[in-house]
Amino acid sequence: MSRPIIEVSNLSKVYRLGEVGASSLREEFSEFWLRLRGQATPPSESEFWALHDVSFTVQPGEVVGIIGRNGAGKSTLLKILSRITEPTSGRAVMRGRVASLLEVGTGFHPDLSGRDNIFLNGAILGMTRAEIRGKFDEIVAFAEVDKFIDTPVKRYSSGMYVRLAFAVAAHLEPEILIVDEVLSVGDASFQRKCLGKMGTVAKGGRTILFVSHNLAAVKSLCTRAILLNSGRLAIEGKTDAVAREYLHGGEKTIWEASWPDRRTAPGNESVWLQRVSVVPESGDDPAHVSIASPLKIMIEFANSVPGAVLNLSLVLNTEEDLCVLNTCSAARATPKGSHQAECRIPGNFLNDESYSLRLLIVQDTSRVLLDVDRVLTFELHETGRQGNWFGKWVGVVRPEFPWTTRLMDTATINS
Amino acid sequence: MSAPIIESETEIVIAPTSGWRAFAWKEIWAYRDLLWLLVWRDFASRYKQTVLGPLWFIVQPLLTTVVFTIVFGKFAGISTSATPPVLFYMCGLLGWNYFAQTFQSTSSTLVNNAGMFGKVYFPRLVVPLSGVVSNLATLAIQGTTFAAIYAAYYFIGLPAGTSLRWEVVLLPLVVLQIAALSLGVGLWLAALTARYRDFAVLAGFMLQLWLYGTPVIFPLQAVPEGWRMAVLINPMTMPVECFKYALLSAGSPTAPSIALSGGMTAVFLFTGLVAFKRVESTFVDTL
Repeated sequence: MSRPIIEVSNLSKVYRLGEVGASSLREEFSEFWLRLRGQATPPSESEFWALHDVSFTVQPGEVVGIIGRNGAGKSTLLKILSRITEPTSGRAVMRGRVASLLEVGTGFHPDLSGRDNIFLNGAILGMTRAEIRGKFDEIVAFAEVDKFIDTPVKRYSSGMYVRLAFAVAAHLEPEILIVDEVLSVGDASFQRKCLGKMGTVAKGGRTILFVSHNLAAVKSLCTRAILLNSGRLAIEGKTDAVAREYLHGGEKTIWEASWPDRRTAPGNESVWLQRVSVVPESGDDPAHVSIASPLKIMIEFANSVPGAVLNLSLVLNTEEDLCVLNTCSAARATPKGSHQAECRIPGNFLNDESYSLRLLIVQDTSRVLLDVDRVLTFELHETGRQGNWFGKWVGVVRPEFPWTTRLMDTATINS
Repeated sequence: MSAPIIESETEIVIAPTSGWRAFAWKEIWAYRDLLWLLVWRDFASRYKQTVLGPLWFIVQPLLTTVVFTIVFGKFAGISTSATPPVLFYMCGLLGWNYFAQTFQSTSSTLVNNAGMFGKVYFPRLVVPLSGVVSNLATLAIQGTTFAAIYAAYYFIGLPAGTSLRWEVVLLPLVVLQIAALSLGVGLWLAALTARYRDFAVLAGFMLQLWLYGTPVIFPLQAVPEGWRMAVLINPMTMPVECFKYALLSAGSPTAPSIALSGGMTAVFLFTGLVAFKRVESTFVDTL
């Protein structure tokens, strides 16, 4: 094997949580004052290892995917390899010209024309003016903005803006290309275009590091993948194997919780929870529940209020705390004792996302007796997709609605 | 799949740096196209949506001169010796404005470009350097305005003793010193602001006070003997005096003071570069 084009050895990055955000001079002075009087400074802020002893190599021409959950260290790794920030320890050697695409349109100036911004953005990304001039026509054609090339970009539609920005980046010709989740911006056709261009670049023999949440895209582009988990390299190897590990290992989901002891159960003297679970009706392994599977949410709770009229309320949120829906049971007289409630979410309704469940118990449809956020968290996966598009399916839900398409007449074409 | 592409012999080593850091001047040279494009962007975008456009470059110093003439010359009655007040203030402002603008653009480099610096790598020093260059254009326009007013006075009749001196050919060196000084002090402020946001407030305030310690509004000779040393320690004093001396035969630069000012400039520039280098590589972590 030839000499690796990227060689990463024992790379670590520590963030001191207290230092995130510029500290103010006053804090520093008060600390200094305390030290001066011989008093102990407040306990030093906790350290956060965004990246911990990561080593790997990439051979020339390889397309490597980097996957992992949010906060696994993907962005930190990219930032270090793109030289935006420095590692705390370890080193990396890149043998070739590097271009990183962590964002499209970096440095675009709204008042300047498309033409001016192509030159400016190209130079920021590391191209010389001569190189940009040589690629200019190609960039304009790819972005489909030729009519507006002398219009200030602030007058562009957001679609045009993103197309132009990506076009500049796509025509960089580095030996090593580092790409972040740029595919998550723009509309579906733009995403398709990006992926298509990335595929062409990859086939051209360039080395690509590709970071994405989107397993479908990683699988279609990358031959090899690296899985990061809490800042450490969990596994590297063939994309399929790594993707499987990603889906099954390191789950932080909670599909079921029970509280046999009343004292530790969420609740109060009136009502408390005994057991909550989300059960995939398909019988899928909880590590890989399909979006097609209906979900049964089971709630067991105890009530000690005599003659209470209670109802249950479920709020479903995404991991980003975006509210998906709120559903309530009918209010009904609830005698003292343990009760079981059940709610069914149909299959092919939720998207491939992580969701969290918030549970409320309400008295007389007005007084909240119990409110537990994130009582359960679960993740759904996409199992198979038809067609050629592998982009992330947008939306917090993804219901299957009835669709029909039919031929109306053929005369429109023949005439 | 075609053969892997390895065109260049570039090798980039990424590792934590500590202690002494050398500046990669070669790399900055490689990014010279970006420097020119940034200079041009500054210029093209600054007055893009204004009615007067580039005329503002002329209007600003003229208005300041008028205000100075009225407030300090007429109200406060500060003498400008034998020199016509308008020429005196305009001349002082030439050097001072270039200093103030470059100082401001440099000191706000990291914070103003945080978004860009967080997404793409290029030698960070390119941005302050582009400010140094683009502000030169403003200086040139102001110089031309000054020349026009000077010519007008010439035809009306300049007072005896006010004349251009041959030393005017040395003014580019003075401009170079102002560039170095404002860059050095500005880089210090940029580095400090990256760590303590308090310094962002201080920068504007500092500039205001600094103006009063520089013989722009008053002639150096008007400073009482006991205080003169304090004004002479200010490294901006000599550049302003040189401007007045060369253009109006008014200032009183002396060799020891010029040497002191030059020495301080060198120290500020050098330590400023070091301070900036220390924060630039991890600056984005503290955003």
